[in-house]
Amino acid sequence: MSLITDHILSWVTFLPLVGALLLWTVVRKEAQARFFAMAIALADFVLSLHLWFHFDAGRGDDQFVEKVAWLFNGQISYHLGMDGISLVLVMLTTFLGPLVVLSTWRAVTDRVSNFLGFVLFLQAAMLGTFLARDMLLFYVFWEAMLIPMYFIIGVWGGQRRIYAAVKFFIFTMVGSVFMLVGIIYLYQQSGSMNLADFLNLQIGHEAQLWLFAAFFLAFAIKVPLFPLHTWLPDAHVEAPTAGSVILAGVLLKMGTYGMLRFAMPLFPEGVAFFAPYINALAVTGIIYGALVAMVQPDVKKLVAYSSVSHLGFVVLGLFSLTSLGVAGGIFQMLAHGLSTGALFLLVGVIYERRHTREISEFGGLAHGMPIYATFFMIATLASVGLPGLAGFVGEFMILFGTFSSEAVPHGRLLAVLAATGVVLGAIYMLWMYQRVFLGKLKNVKNEGLKDMSVREMIVLIPLVVFMFWLGVQPGLVLDRIELSIEKVLAPLELDQGGHHALQLDEAAADNPVALIGATVLDTPLDTEGQ
Amino acid sequence: MESHTTETLLRWIVLVPLLGAAINGLLNRRLPRQVAGLLASAAVLISFALSVTVFLRLTGMPAEARFVSDIVTTWIGFGNLQVDLGFAMDPLSAVMSLVVTGVGFLIHIYSLGYMAHDKGSQRFFTYLNLFIFAMMTLVLGENLLMLFVGWEGVGLCSYLLISFWFTDEANAAAGKKAFIVNRIGDFGFLLGMFLIGATLLPHLGGGEGLLSFRVLQQHAGILAPAATAICLLLFVGATGKSAQIPLFVWLPDAMAGPTPVSALIHAATMVTAGVYMIARMNFLFVLTPTAMTVVATVGAVTALFAATIALTQNDIKKVLAYSTVSQLGYMMLACGVGAFSIAIFHVMTHAFFKALLFLGSGSVIHAMSDEQDMRVMGGLRKKLPLTFWTFIAGTLALAGIAPLAGFFSKDEILWNAWNSGNKVLWAIGFIAAGMTAFYMMRLVVLTFFGENRASAEVKSHIHESPATMTMPLVVLAVLSIAGGWVGIPHFLGGGAHFMTWLEPVFSQPAVVAELAHGAVAHGAEAAAHGAEAASHGAEHAGAHADTTMEWILAGASLAWGILGLLAGYFVYARKVSVAESFQKMGGGWPHKVLLNKYYVDEAYEGAIIRPMYRLSKTVLWKWVDVGLINGLLVEGSALVVAVVGSVMRLFQNGLVRFYAWSFSIGVAVFVLYLSFSG
Repeated sequence: MSLITDHILSWVTFLPLVGALLLWTVVRKEAQARFFAMAIALADFVLSLHLWFHFDAGRGDDQFVEKVAWLFNGQISYHLGMDGISLVLVMLTTFLGPLVVLSTWRAVTDRVSNFLGFVLFLQAAMLGTFLARDMLLFYVFWEAMLIPMYFIIGVWGGQRRIYAAVKFFIFTMVGSVFMLVGIIYLYQQSGSMNLADFLNLQIGHEAQLWLFAAFFLAFAIKVPLFPLHTWLPDAHVEAPTAGSVILAGVLLKMGTYGMLRFAMPLFPEGVAFFAPYINALAVTGIIYGALVAMVQPDVKKLVAYSSVSHLGFVVLGLFSLTSLGVAGGIFQMLAHGLSTGALFLLVGVIYERRHTREISEFGGLAHGMPIYATFFMIATLASVGLPGLAGFVGEFMILFGTFSSEAVPHGRLLAVLAATGVVLGAIYMLWMYQRVFLGKLKNVKNEGLKDMSVREMIVLIPLVVFMFWLGVQPGLVLDRIELSIEKVLAPLELDQGGHHALQLDEAAADNPVALIGATVLDTPLDTEGQ
Repeated sequence: MESHTTETLLRWIVLVPLLGAAINGLLNRRLPRQVAGLLASAAVLISFALSVTVFLRLTGMPAEARFVSDIVTTWIGFGNLQVDLGFAMDPLSAVMSLVVTGVGFLIHIYSLGYMAHDKGSQRFFTYLNLFIFAMMTLVLGENLLMLFVGWEGVGLCSYLLISFWFTDEANAAAGKKAFIVNRIGDFGFLLGMFLIGATLLPHLGGGEGLLSFRVLQQHAGILAPAATAICLLLFVGATGKSAQIPLFVWLPDAMAGPTPVSALIHAATMVTAGVYMIARMNFLFVLTPTAMTVVATVGAVTALFAATIALTQNDIKKVLAYSTVSQLGYMMLACGVGAFSIAIFHVMTHAFFKALLFLGSGSVIHAMSDEQDMRVMGGLRKKLPLTFWTFIAGTLALAGIAPLAGFFSKDEILWNAWNSGNKVLWAIGFIAAGMTAFYMMRLVVLTFFGENRASAEVKSHIHESPATMTMPLVVLAVLSIAGGWVGIPHFLGGGAHFMTWLEPVFSQPAVVAELAHGAVAHGAEAAAHGAEAASHGAEHAGAHADTTMEWILAGASLAWGILGLLAGYFVYARKVSVAESFQKMGGGWPHKVLLNKYYVDEAYEGAIIRPMYRLSKTVLWKWVDVGLINGLLVEGSALVVAVVGSVMRLFQNGLVRFYAWSFSIGVAVFVLYLSFSG
């Protein structure tokens, strides 16, 4: 047993990779491939449960650490570790794994074992990205995620799949190259690729700004942060359901995870300089994503744009520079993974039946498909952040953290603007729901559609359960990430409540975007200070 | 204050209806309809019985100590942010619990008959129980965030129940509208909570619940400087839920839902949540004369505004809907002048008679084969005697005729408005009261008197409703008549027991009272009275020295109500030509404006909804997203790369001799450069 538990992180990371290799070489028959992939995904989830139950929430540092010298006399090492932040994201990944495999049961019929191989390969790369504590290793995993996603979209995607796949690839690649330059620079400075050594570096002010920009660009594209988001709707629309679920469920969180793990603690002065601009973009993205989602004629594109809006919340939480906002951001990553994952799965359900996702093609679906309508309703409510469901806790903490932040200028204004996203979210989701499910069954093609099958329900029930569970007991996550957040944010020198943070740059304080309306909003509300 | 009596029954008051909803929801069609209905009713009955039990326990305690709580677990705990998942009952919550579960139970029983033939009745009872769960969370929530959970929960149930018959596009649209308009209010509510949190959090010790009502009250002094902003933001939330100007537009449309839903959610309980929330936060509102003035003014104006619309509506439920908006205005007015206990008193009496009126209208609609237009009704008095007589009781109660329930609560509101010093508020409320009597009599005459104007087909089906529907009518009629007697004011020789019961909730601890007096010194006169009255907790406990004025005003409003009823009767039963000449007055414009509800919906549509849609679709999506960002920037730079690439390709032509030449030239240039620069 200790053979496994001593190297548990490696097992969790590489088991899916082994599965992928076997699927590409040995397990080629369709039916076998499905069960095999399912078994691997489930086994990986079970392994990750060990992490969950043996994780010590009383510590904020890395646990289950594995470190082996790799290249250049150990300057570069095989180094995995896991703190609370990585833990919850790893759990999200392994939890979604089996559900994704199960969702492809009927949907993917072409070159099944290859497809599932890519799914598992992608899972391994994602897990590695969350766990790597050596920058080169991280970069390898980071880039490795591109390949399977490229193929999943490019081979199994819709009509414009090549365009979407190439666009996805180039967008992410461009950002990553800048980050690579940054990593190499830091490596030259410290003589090691170890993240901890990077954190100990004394980096000059100017260099911090450049490095932060390089790292942040890579991550912002992945999120995607407005205005770098245009690859996302195309990728989602063309990707097969399973691809969309992984993309929205986990892959987008790579960007926000990267910001939190690397960009923020490594370059505090970069954070101080850029935070106001980033927050302005995040809030713009929240509102812009919601408004554009509202007018989409395609359900999947609507959900894709809603992701732009939701991820804007996450970025805002992180750059509220309060531990409350950061915790809310992490929580929102999970909540968004559950609700948007579920929404993409549900869109897949109707797509399999009707081979269209045009809202105007539907209407009155609740008649023949009451179970489907119910699941969709729950996912919709989770997405709009109804209290009692997971989304609310994240949004509440993000908005509250931003509102009370003294570390960034105009936190209140930002929170007020971002909170309009709560109203807009209800508008675009409920309007879509109304047009798809309510009213009379007008289109004859929608008559006699089968309601959800047992398999489809099995895929969705775990998601729904966790939407409620995390909504009522967010402590499940919050207790495990609290100390880790403190540790990650330590270089930013925020105090306990996130107040009185670092000295803001003169230039940042004069940020014109954040100044807009400041007199309107901050002044009359800001009465309690005196 | 320090002693926390625990009462674990509280969680079951909330959870039993949830359990009922879960069973009905999961089994759904597998349950026979009547079983589903009985199960749901039983769940609410249990909840009611438990509420009574805890209420009795409260009555056995000394007045100041009437508070029991049930903290189930921590909900959100992070750093020094601590919000509990917990419930609490004090005299205010007790009144609300009894009203919600009591009236709720009666409406469940009524629904057994009303929904007996509906194919989706299991789904209906699931939602109804879910609503009771959410509403009880709202009134029993121990902190502001729990209240908000219930607040959003009832909004959801309202949405689900308005669009219950979703086949009809209009119902679906009305449900969505209700949810979205409420969300706009919730935007204000959320910001209010953030402002409270941001103000208070740095001052809290460990383990203190940030948004707990008790903690907030203890720290009112810290919140005082921000009280105006906080209260105004919270009030935005209240205008959404309690259908006040400018967010009232969803409530009339909400009548698209089944009639029991209109009675329970859109008249008796949910819509009073805004009033409850303000009463709950009274210790902050009394600190801010500005916010109090706003609340009182919006309430009074809404009361009159909605009453004028009700004068002309032809749909029986629309009349009652606007009447509800108007009555909610009265409750807000009461809050705004600091008479919180009177506001809650009116919440209760209104729950009785408005639920009765809606259920009565349901009985009428049922008998008229789902017809809601009063112009084709008439003469139902004889055919539906029970419905008619109970409806009369409700009408008189609403019109404020003594000694029915509505008289005492409404009269007390007007008296407090008068007493606040702002006679304009009183005058507005007084005028609206006369209109109330008038439009109710119009409704009664058009529906129950004269000849029936329906088709022969419909006429042949007219029948009195079954006992499951008429029994709740009778019980509510009794409550509409006698329900106000618990709050008969002192000057009429009553004991004002209701106000005495609520007194501990609205009497301010020394710290707040002092602050409130400070606010009085600076504040407007109207709200100042409220603050003072509330700070003594004594609007009614102590007898006013001068009862003459009270007598005069009570007499005046009674006479005014009777006058309104008589006018309504003569105009519509005796066909005095006033109504027609009003329709023609001023070229028909005044009538048209009222009939079309002042074109508020149209204004919102034109000024907000359409522009927002166009902006999103044309500007943001087509121009910015597809055109500017994706077209120009993304694909533009891709194009540049492609062009540069194809130029570069000229050099990568695969000719070794070309490479050799370029290489040689390059080396030569390099060597030359080195030799001259050195």
